[in-house]
Amino acid sequence: MPLRIKQHPILDFSWDHRVSFTFNGKPLSGYTSDCIASALHANNVKIFSESVKFGSPRGFFCGIGKCSSCLMEVNGIPNVRTCIAPLTENVSVSIQDRVAGWPKKNTPDIPLSSSIDVDILIVGSGPAGMEAALQAASLGATVLLVDENQQVGGQLVKQTHKFFGSKHEKAGTRGIAIAQDLEQQLKNERFRDTITLLLDATVFGFYEGKTKDRYTFGITKREGYVSKLIEVTCRSVIFAVGAMENMLLFPGNDLPGVYGAGAVQTLMNVYGVKPGNKMLMVGAGNVGLIVSYQLLQAGIQVDRVVEAASHIGGYHVHAAKLRRCGVPIYTRHSIKEVFGKDSVEGAVIVRLDDHWQPIKDSEETIACDTVCLAVGLTPSTRLLEQMGVHMATIPEAGGYIALHDTSMQTTVPHVYVAGDSSGIEEASTAMIEGKIAGVSAARDLGFQKEKAEELRSEFASELKRLRAGPFGAKPRLAKQKIERLRGNI
Amino acid sequence: MSYYEQTGVLSLKDLVLPTNKQLEKGVAITECVQEIPCNPCVDSCPVHAITMKDINAPPVVDYEQCIACGKCVGVCPGLAIFVVRIKEEKSFISLPYEFLPIPKKGDVVDAVDRWGKKVDKGLVARVVQQGKTTVVTISVKKDLAMDVRNIHIEG
Repeated sequence: MPLRIKQHPILDFSWDHRVSFTFNGKPLSGYTSDCIASALHANNVKIFSESVKFGSPRGFFCGIGKCSSCLMEVNGIPNVRTCIAPLTENVSVSIQDRVAGWPKKNTPDIPLSSSIDVDILIVGSGPAGMEAALQAASLGATVLLVDENQQVGGQLVKQTHKFFGSKHEKAGTRGIAIAQDLEQQLKNERFRDTITLLLDATVFGFYEGKTKDRYTFGITKREGYVSKLIEVTCRSVIFAVGAMENMLLFPGNDLPGVYGAGAVQTLMNVYGVKPGNKMLMVGAGNVGLIVSYQLLQAGIQVDRVVEAASHIGGYHVHAAKLRRCGVPIYTRHSIKEVFGKDSVEGAVIVRLDDHWQPIKDSEETIACDTVCLAVGLTPSTRLLEQMGVHMATIPEAGGYIALHDTSMQTTVPHVYVAGDSSGIEEASTAMIEGKIAGVSAARDLGFQKEKAEELRSEFASELKRLRAGPFGAKPRLAKQKIERLRGNI
Repeated sequence: MSYYEQTGVLSLKDLVLPTNKQLEKGVAITECVQEIPCNPCVDSCPVHAITMKDINAPPVVDYEQCIACGKCVGVCPGLAIFVVRIKEEKSFISLPYEFLPIPKKGDVVDAVDRWGKKVDKGLVARVVQQGKTTVVTISVKKDLAMDVRNIHIEG
């Protein structure tokens, strides 16, 4: 079965520019629009690495630059995260030793370091980061917006569905179009002197600053699979770093073909590669329901959706779309195991009782080549922890998060958080949180204080309005808990 | 817990049903019963027949005012609005469609219910493109007005 998506009702893929490359010495081809991992997958290469201890096959898993499943040796350089590394002509890709060694050949001379000084560093250019940059720069602050990917937009670039909300949040517009619109705004001439984009770069650590009013961060900027070190000093920092996919414990969960929902979306909606031909979806929250529908649109069969809870967690309208396309949703069902030699060949599901316990002899075996996990996300917070921000585990926010106030400021002055990394929610609320963090950071540095505060309070009421319904109960509770914990500090 | 929360399928008792007279005139039916933060349908209606108490409230359609223009069908992010009209012995159903191939007027397609079950053959009467969403109007048996909610085309 060809794995490239030729026709799509929402997306236009262009298959004009081929690229040749090698995998373990064997010549293969992909397209200029590919990342290394997507090109391999399209060539039916599903094993990218081996586990350190048992040497079990490992493939794509998160597909958004967060996990280590796709680390490979590229042009002699080990530990290249191939899900965010571009595919270039004649690049040589191979499975690396379980414990990767030093680079095999000398890397070309590149300047060891350069430095950038800026008012506000924004880490992550998803919906929250982009909005934060636009707001802060509009008030006059200089901004450095850093992202690990080749393009801005974060997860918006794979959201082919129309967004909910009101016209303030661009409701009715598809996520992909929102990403394009925000990107155009960022690149607008009016921000030429205030917004700097640094893509294909990772903020990896916080360092003691040389001066009191500056934070210092280390950034690696990748150029042709080789990294260059950049030192950034800033007066303020906004973390809009998103989240990573949750894993479920079951035998076979590390087999290539068990993918996070983000990975599935990345493969099919960004790179036009079918993640498989027959999918089992685990999780009936909005992500599981939306991705299932997107799979059908990409021409992939979805066998069913299983959900451990007694009811569908996502919006009914998303569930209804799937049902009328003939995809069953099994509530009170979970995945028991996945089997296959080198990749997924099938899965066993099981019915659960009202106490979430498997019911004896209720197992059913499903033939499928892919299992998609849409079982929630965990906020990414490591840099915040490193900075000594007060953290707490708040289940309603998706886990361990930075305490923050109504300006999205953490307990460390001039350090802000926005979007999923401040608590798992929707892209529409992430955009508003980004706006709040952006204007607050600018305000606290003295940029148009009154106007900034006016905007902040306007955005805060918009956010409150969106969270007022029953689906906003979790974030409302999370914010109450955060407020209480902040009071105890 | 409602049945639709377990199955993803609405039953007629979850909806405010139009009268036969209103169905003959043609009305938009919003199959959106949960409180979710979303309101583009309200803004899309040229005659202000769709209202909402606040952004989280489910939409309410004034079937008397509704002119069955179908604008809301292609706008709804949840693809949850359908225009239904009964004319002589046929029901005409306008529904949002985001798959390929896009049908043409005069095509015969499978008419599918909320469970994904094929219940009739539908004759495509009208095809309107609203962005990347296609609003397809098909005619089916008269008594399927409140059942048919999707089409299926063998690819």
